[in-house]
Amino acid sequence: MDLNYSTEELAFRDEVRGWLASNLPADLRDKVAEYKELDREDLLRWHKILAKKGWVAPAWPKEFGGTDWNVVQRYIFEEECGFAGTPPLIPFGLAMCGPVLLRFGSDAQKKRFLPRIYNGDDFWCQGYSEPGSGSDLASLKTKAMREGDHYVVNGQKTWTTLGHYGDWIFCLVRTDSGASKRQEGISFLLIDMKTPGITVRPLILMDGGHEVNEVFFDDVKVPVENLVYEENKGWTVAKYLLGHERMNTGRIGGSKRELAKLKEFAGNQVFGGKTLMQDVRFRDKVARVEVELMALEITNLRFLDQMRRTRQPPGADVSMLKIKGTEIQQALTELMMQAVGPLAQPFRPTNGSSDFDDFTAGLAPRYCNFRKTTIYAGSNEIQRNIIAKMTLGL
Amino acid sequence: MNFDQTEEQQLLADSVRKFLARDYDFERRKKIVASAEGYSEPVWAMFAEMGLTSLPFAADDGGFGGGAVDMMGVMEAIGEGLVVEPFLATTALGGRLIARTGSAAQKKAILPALIEGRLKLAFAQTERGSRYDLAHVATQAKRAGGGWQLDGEKCVVLGAPCADKLVVSARTAGNTADEKGISLLLVDREAPGVVLKSYRTLDEQRAADIEFKGVKVGADALLGAEGGALAAIEEAVDFATALICSEAVGVMKSANDTTLEYLKTRKQFGVPIGTFQALQHRMVDMFVATEQARSMACLAASKADTAENADDRKRAVSAAKIRIAEACRHVAQESVQLHGGMGMTEELKVSHSFRRLTMIAQQFGDLEYHLERFSRLS
Ligand SMILES: Cc1cc2nc3c(=O)[nH]c(=O)nc-3n(C[C@H](O)[C@H](O)[C@H](O)COP(=O)(O)OP(=O)(O)OC[C@H]3O[C@@H](n4cnc5c(N)ncnc54)[C@H](O)[C@@H]3O)c2cc1C
Repeated sequence: MDLNYSTEELAFRDEVRGWLASNLPADLRDKVAEYKELDREDLLRWHKILAKKGWVAPAWPKEFGGTDWNVVQRYIFEEECGFAGTPPLIPFGLAMCGPVLLRFGSDAQKKRFLPRIYNGDDFWCQGYSEPGSGSDLASLKTKAMREGDHYVVNGQKTWTTLGHYGDWIFCLVRTDSGASKRQEGISFLLIDMKTPGITVRPLILMDGGHEVNEVFFDDVKVPVENLVYEENKGWTVAKYLLGHERMNTGRIGGSKRELAKLKEFAGNQVFGGKTLMQDVRFRDKVARVEVELMALEITNLRFLDQMRRTRQPPGADVSMLKIKGTEIQQALTELMMQAVGPLAQPFRPTNGSSDFDDFTAGLAPRYCNFRKTTIYAGSNEIQRNIIAKMTLGL
Repeated sequence: MNFDQTEEQQLLADSVRKFLARDYDFERRKKIVASAEGYSEPVWAMFAEMGLTSLPFAADDGGFGGGAVDMMGVMEAIGEGLVVEPFLATTALGGRLIARTGSAAQKKAILPALIEGRLKLAFAQTERGSRYDLAHVATQAKRAGGGWQLDGEKCVVLGAPCADKLVVSARTAGNTADEKGISLLLVDREAPGVVLKSYRTLDEQRAADIEFKGVKVGADALLGAEGGALAAIEEAVDFATALICSEAVGVMKSANDTTLEYLKTRKQFGVPIGTFQALQHRMVDMFVATEQARSMACLAASKADTAENADDRKRAVSAAKIRIAEACRHVAQESVQLHGGMGMTEELKVSHSFRRLTMIAQQFGDLEYHLERFSRLS
């Protein structure tokens, strides 16, 4: 057993690290570091820089722009991006719709959509959840009725992240209400958000920020060629995507960066003649999170090692990466807020409209915002159900 | 032993609750929070009319002569309603400091107006480097002419933007963290040289950072003995801490009630989510945490103004705040989590309870601060 990266892997890491150091624009890096809101332009700008370098979709096949990296290299790349503090790559096109098209799309769909996703020409959104269907996704009600060469879509999606930036949205819709199993009447549709009949309305979160939306569909005409895979087989597509998603949720690089930042920050807070990092009660809290993060990193590497050897996608127990990764992210935002004591009480909402602009005033909203991480992408309760059922057989 | 509320205490709490239910529902509160002032003058007038502003002041000062125990029910109701009016800053901090340290003339100049709802106070204590340490006072007061000159900076002064007068802690002798040498001065909020930077706080109240630039006040601005204010400050802050413990119980009750209701009505997988045992146990733990917190809020209130000595009081208040801080965090996080995405939205009250609970957990000393003080005294 050897927990260290090989010489080649280290060389690869250094290459990525070096490239990021000289290609991440300073203004974007600062915005991320100061926890400022990133707008559509910011997100797409970073996307395009990576696309130009050829690193925007490492997991895709080479012919569509993939890098041919193995799973460990892909992991190293992601962690280095997190550690450097790059803007996030919005997953909906690159990590969700793209892989779905690669696996299930027609040649025409691949040709039409993949290059645009790769290049960041369109902003994609995910239209799964509905007001009545969150954890129980298969109960979704948004209807698509076939009429000649198009579907007519009616219903509502909600929690649509960055829907207000969206050009396209992939949706799960009900195409057969009479199917004997709920999962069998669902289809996967690609919808142009400029189509008449679509209304996007903001949902404001408790940090004051606008990142999610409600999306209403009122007699929206969607050409039949935008159906992915077969009609009523959308659940197969959705399940494939979930398996794909989960390996990606540890966010270890990002948490490492936040941990380092926390230590530095707390190390500069001087109270009663000593720094906060010299305060044993606080330091112990930080150390506990650090150890959790170390454990998560090694667990993640064990999963990667297994994937590399078996060439199989990970099993259901990778849900633990989501559980632990999000708990760690939340703990870090909480400690950061606590580190500044009373100075966390002024409130700088994440939408930027504020009478107060101190960095410290953004820490409590950030703590509030990160409560979402244990709710979205399959709540941590649902992740525990998955492990209970699939791994432990309960 | 007797945990019963007196009939008077019960009646007052009920009337506050009734008033809030009628005139301070969540939609009304949203409007108040969004207004320029950030609080409602009619609500404040009503508080005065109901006697809330007179509650903790001695009969001699025109008050009702109540203690922390008398205020528990009121604070709990204020917590349930997520009231943003500067009640704590005016009565428990500023008002209490004047009542405890002021001369007869000073009390007469302030307390009747306060009790009638015509005057509001704020307590300017926290500084950038002080964290929760009450002895950390760098702001300077020097003798000048016949009075004092005040220079320095205070931050997160709750209720300052709408206060008429500020009770300011300042150093008249010694070094920044010395226990001796701290004095209290009464300063007009609009006095020349008082510069406010006002803002909203995490829990949607209003506060300000305040700069004092060569502010001149008369000799009669000094409250109590020169250089000996720390004990009174500690007493008032402990009193206020005991009160927010009761307030926290009210906020938690509200968060628990809405979460329980949500568990019963939100359906997924064809059943109310409250039928999932994984969630039932979580709800039970929230309920238990709140009851434990309630017990400690009783302890804090019963000791806040009747403890045998300062250490006895500090130990009880810290014990309560430890339990309350943990319960606030626990209940806040779980109530949002169990609401799923809805819990994250600004639209629902539960996210505002989350914000108030997060604030209370840190206000007047976070968990670590009180663990330290409790351990030292145990
Ligand atoms: C910030 C944010 C961004 C999002 N972005 C998107 C997006 O872009 N696209 C999209 O489609 N969706 C998105 N979502 C939606 C997200 O996937 C859902 O919120 C999530 O699936 C939970 O569903 P729900 O909110 O309806 O909660 P519910 O399913 O109603 O759950 C409520 C509570 O019950 C628990 N629970 C439910 N079922 C069980 C069970 N069987 N056992 C134990 N506990 C259970 C949950 O864990 C939760 O604590 C986003 C959500 C948030 C908060």
